[in-house]
Amino acid sequence: MSHAVADERPIPARAAPKRRLRLSWADRRFRAIVWQVLIVGVVGAILWYLIGNTNANLAARHIATGFGFLHRVAGIPIGESLLPYNPSVDTYGRALLVGVVNTLEVSLIGIVLATILGTLVGIGRLSRNWLLAKLTAVYVETLRDIPLLLQLLFWYTLLQGLPPPKRAWSLGHAAFVSNRGIVLPLLHWQPAHTAALAAFAAGVLGTALWARHARARQDATGVRPRVWPVAAALLLILPLLAWAALGAPFAVEVPVLRGFNFRGGLTLTPEFFALLLGLVVYTAAYVAEIVRAGIQAIPRGQWEAAEALGLRHGQVLRLVILPQALRVIVPPMTSQYLNLAKNSSLAVAIGYQDIVSVADTTLNQTGQAIEGIAVIMAVYLTISLSISLFMNWYNARIALVER
Amino acid sequence: MGDAGIDRVSERTRGVGPWAWMRANLFSSWWSTAVTLALAYLVLRGLAGLFAWGVVHAVWSVPVGANGMADPSACLDAAGVGACWAVIADKWRLILFGRFPYHEQWRPALVVGLFIGLYAVSAMRRFWHAGLALAWVVVLAGVGVLMWGGVLGLAPVPEDSWGGLPITLILATFGLAFAFPLAVLVALGRRARGLPAVRALCVLYVELIRGVPLISVLFMASVMFPLFLPEGVNIDKLLRAQVAFILFTAAYLAEVIRGGLQALPAGQAEAADALGLTYWQKTRLVILPQALRLVIPPLVNTFIGSFKDTSLVLIIGLFDLLSMGHVALSDPPWQSFSTEVYLFLAVIYIAFCFAMSQYSRSLERGLDRSRRR
Repeated sequence: MSHAVADERPIPARAAPKRRLRLSWADRRFRAIVWQVLIVGVVGAILWYLIGNTNANLAARHIATGFGFLHRVAGIPIGESLLPYNPSVDTYGRALLVGVVNTLEVSLIGIVLATILGTLVGIGRLSRNWLLAKLTAVYVETLRDIPLLLQLLFWYTLLQGLPPPKRAWSLGHAAFVSNRGIVLPLLHWQPAHTAALAAFAAGVLGTALWARHARARQDATGVRPRVWPVAAALLLILPLLAWAALGAPFAVEVPVLRGFNFRGGLTLTPEFFALLLGLVVYTAAYVAEIVRAGIQAIPRGQWEAAEALGLRHGQVLRLVILPQALRVIVPPMTSQYLNLAKNSSLAVAIGYQDIVSVADTTLNQTGQAIEGIAVIMAVYLTISLSISLFMNWYNARIALVER
Repeated sequence: MGDAGIDRVSERTRGVGPWAWMRANLFSSWWSTAVTLALAYLVLRGLAGLFAWGVVHAVWSVPVGANGMADPSACLDAAGVGACWAVIADKWRLILFGRFPYHEQWRPALVVGLFIGLYAVSAMRRFWHAGLALAWVVVLAGVGVLMWGGVLGLAPVPEDSWGGLPITLILATFGLAFAFPLAVLVALGRRARGLPAVRALCVLYVELIRGVPLISVLFMASVMFPLFLPEGVNIDKLLRAQVAFILFTAAYLAEVIRGGLQALPAGQAEAADALGLTYWQKTRLVILPQALRLVIPPLVNTFIGSFKDTSLVLIIGLFDLLSMGHVALSDPPWQSFSTEVYLFLAVIYIAFCFAMSQYSRSLERGLDRSRRR
């Protein structure tokens, strides 16, 4: 392998009229073709060999390949699910779908919370207050150095050590913390609430439009109309009016102890809570470092210039520093979000029924190992690709701010 | 966050004496004072509680009961008030060395020492030459001899009884040693201009692996690898996990190395071409030495990540450090003392990762200095 493969010498052929391919080792293009055929051939041969073995093994073990098992009744008990699911009638396909939804649920909530906590910690590390800066530094350094799985197991056993439901810690007899999870009172949902939610969505849209209008006015006249009174009216008063117009119904479903567990209300299982806590606390340490690096990447002159303009500290941060820091922050943040989504697969170790746990149970019950793994990989590839696409779109959007 | 908000260290007012320092850094405004007082209260309370739990009321050892098992009643009495370090005193050899025959445990201990020595030597700049590769080969061979035994008068020990810290270090180190060359080839392949097919293969491999969680690759290793091999051929669990680990780590390392290749000015390659070097001469003598040096800090960060990732083998039933902690906790007397065991494990992981991250930071500072020159 001593001859050039991807030689980057200027190619005379490019300037000269098109030359014919010579079947000689001295011809760059010929060499390239030979190398590629060789490498692809070797990889192909290995794959062919592995697939051949797999087919022979599957035949010997009488395992039928294919995704037919998805239509069979699963019988996998799943503790929590946003979708209606009944183990005695629903299929493996449905069970896997429930797993996917559980993965998405914990990932999305985790991403939002980790971003908030991480940003606070990252800003705290840059604080002028020595104690705050040191404490946040200790947080980041310690939590990054402990494997996530260890942290998850720790939180999970901690939550399991809580008192049983009968002796649950109660917060005003409405919310309860026990080893069966955290039970919160739940709003009894009525059409008026849907209307309020719709009004809120309309308010968001209206605020966005008003903000755009304000920016246009500012560009044209130099005077920025006030945004916040309009935003407050649209976001708070509009939903309240919608809710009041429909009779202002308000009923809360308070959980009550029945037998060995709570009935009613919203239950966060220990599995879900431990997973979420572990993911958020661990990822926030990384997010903090990214935020810190992003803010530190802004030259001092930007701070000084903004202060010279008479902006207050918060304004400097919001109007000058953060928009520029975001450009540095977004790309590494994307990979942290991807990591969080992938790390949610550790759920299998503490019994939260995410896609990996459900697929693992499925492949153990049906013996469809290849299909099970393929499902896991396909789901994660889709999630990874979606997050990448979204963050690339966002990155392109904030990059446009540059003039 | 008001005055407690953003600032830079260099911008802090440096007065004279501790009093001026405190005024500048702890009590610069009423808001900062409030933050300081609240945090100081929480920290002092937390530390006092930790000290009371971990030292004052802690139980350090327990007597052995009539049935030969430890009698944890002293610990159970102190539950919630004091730590039960007796579980560590009783189980530390199981946690660190697994079920390796008790009287042979000097061998895994020596293996751990060898690994640490290898890391220390590899970290020193003056050993960065070809001899280092040889040192790795010798040490890794030595590790194999010590663990398997069967030669030099060492009693043979089957892989089933390996466990604890050596497994964690073996997975991380062998993973690194094999993933690194593979990663270099993949990174080069991804940048090979004239070879679109090779490039596509490398992109496919890297993006596929990076798009899925490690646990799915480990599952693949534990349930699908047996199907890939001809009938009758069986490779054991540890090797399968090791292969999965190598494939996984290599994809991440390849991306880091590709970053280094991209950061290198094109003039370097052109100059090497002008000298008439072949592709491999150019790569070996000009490109790689510079590109790799550029990415040492992110490489160390990848090592830290893969060191922590070894703990995932718990899920496929291998006995690494974390799994052995789990095993120790399954012993009836100790079942309710998981906090102590997890803290013990965390300290070990932190020690390794913190050393690596400090090293990476010092390298980064050195690199900054040389760039500024």
